[in-house]
Amino acid sequence: MLLPERKKELDALCRKLRAELIRLLYKTQSGHPGGSLSVCEILTVLYFEKANTGRGEERDRILLSKGHAAPMLYLILAEKGFFPKEELETLRHIDTRLQGHPCMNHTPGVELTSGPLGMGLSAGLGMALGLKLDQNPATVYVVLGDGELNEGTVWEACMSAAKFNAGNLIAIVDRNHVQLDGAEEEIMPMPHLEARFRAFGLDVFSCDGHDIAALCSAIDAAQAAPGPSVILAETVKGKGVSFMEGKNIWHGRPIDRESFTAALRELEG
Amino acid sequence: MEKTLRAAYGEALAKYGGDERMVVLDADVSGSTLTGMFGKAYPQRFFNVGIAEANMTAMAAGFAAQGKIPFVNCFSVFLSSVGLLAARTYGSYSGLNMKLAGAYGGLSDSFDGPTHHSVEDLAVMRALPGFEVIVPCDPVQVDWAVRYALQKKGPLYLRLSRDAMHPVYGKAADFEPGKGKIVREGADATVIACGMMVGEALLAAQELEQEGIRLRVVDLFFVKPVDNALILRCAEETGAIVTAEEHSVIGGLGGAVSETLSAAGIGVPHEFAGLSDTHAECGPYAALMRKYGIDAAAVAGAVRRAVRRKR
Repeated sequence: MLLPERKKELDALCRKLRAELIRLLYKTQSGHPGGSLSVCEILTVLYFEKANTGRGEERDRILLSKGHAAPMLYLILAEKGFFPKEELETLRHIDTRLQGHPCMNHTPGVELTSGPLGMGLSAGLGMALGLKLDQNPATVYVVLGDGELNEGTVWEACMSAAKFNAGNLIAIVDRNHVQLDGAEEEIMPMPHLEARFRAFGLDVFSCDGHDIAALCSAIDAAQAAPGPSVILAETVKGKGVSFMEGKNIWHGRPIDRESFTAALRELEG
Repeated sequence: MEKTLRAAYGEALAKYGGDERMVVLDADVSGSTLTGMFGKAYPQRFFNVGIAEANMTAMAAGFAAQGKIPFVNCFSVFLSSVGLLAARTYGSYSGLNMKLAGAYGGLSDSFDGPTHHSVEDLAVMRALPGFEVIVPCDPVQVDWAVRYALQKKGPLYLRLSRDAMHPVYGKAADFEPGKGKIVREGADATVIACGMMVGEALLAAQELEQEGIRLRVVDLFFVKPVDNALILRCAEETGAIVTAEEHSVIGGLGGAVSETLSAAGIGVPHEFAGLSDTHAECGPYAALMRKYGIDAAAVAGAVRRAVRRKR
């Protein structure tokens, strides 16, 4: 069980990360605020509470398949000391180690390159099976967007994960219901997601993706499941900034001065 | 009957499979690619993912990131199309140690028709930064290529074939990475070929000898990186180049050789033997080779044209 004091600490950390994200993306005038804000608690719980983020071979592998949330990942990696925080402002600049989408060769702490959607779960599965061959006890966590589930490869990966019984593979879906062009129902409806994953052979757990304690419990349950599992983490795109919440236009829009001030007032006021 | 390249490949995987880093993936065609030989010997490191080439290729990236050496297998055409995004993102851009083996290169799956032929895979895979591209012409070379793939770090595309081809090296030969090999000396023109076209070029050389044309034949089995020095030397010494490949004349071996020649400013005649920007059709392999200009006769014709242009 997550102690109340720890929950408070992590909630405070998320508030800080959100404000830093807004500052960073305002300065960069490029990058994806909506999906970075929705995935904040998921990544925070993994990196600061649940996963082994040491540098050794037995570290857990965290893959951000929805690579467009790179800014939130970078903020967290800097917070974890993988690179200096001053480097964050080089995001998306020429000569930077912080590419627009995560690259394993550029950025310390990035386990796998991502950006093209739909492939992270497959790659994570290969990693999980490789770890099993080595009798390495690490877990592979793959964080996916829900729009990403439009890609057929995700479901190919599920079939294979079930067949090869990858009990060390946990997918976490940032279920924010909004994709680039609009709401999920409008662009590509995905009803019965739980049933779909279950039919493909995964254990399915659902939780509030902004509730630190609920995320922790869901990860514990997924860890206890013998086979591959998926956590459907219900989130809100743009979470924490009222006028960005649930709005597809904030998927990848540069933040103007007025919105910047208003967002910070909400997050830090 | 000569051993097919896919048989040589399947045997090589099994032969070197004792290397614990090796994992082999297949997409429900292990009876065709002959990776089943490895699967039988090392079932715990063999992954048949079903008909899911994109997933297979991305899975290979995960294995590679974990220090394994994944060999990814299916027909050339599907690997270089459906597998392309993962090959590009993880192999090319990220430099992961992925080995892609396209089993049915060119028209070798002849009866299945153009949907199963592969006439653009060399152009596609060659364009990926960081990828090496090897097109063996002989079972001995396949064995060497598998050994090379195991010890060389980095992404690699190996183009194989379904069928037997005219023998080039026979029992034993040694090869150098990135180096072509002169398999026949001659002074009047050079055929630079890869894959089964090397054997066809040797046949053409015999025919041309009767006409007094002394043909040099180069096996450029490394389509990438190409052996620039050898290409330029052949151009200078023989004054005419013919490239011969079981592939479209656009972007493959011919493209690679012409890039080298034009960058060096060497304006020798260069004729291209290959499919002329067209798909083929179904039918017996030999008949397709004849009709679509990828046999000894087509090579001989291209050599005659090149030699005429010299004068």
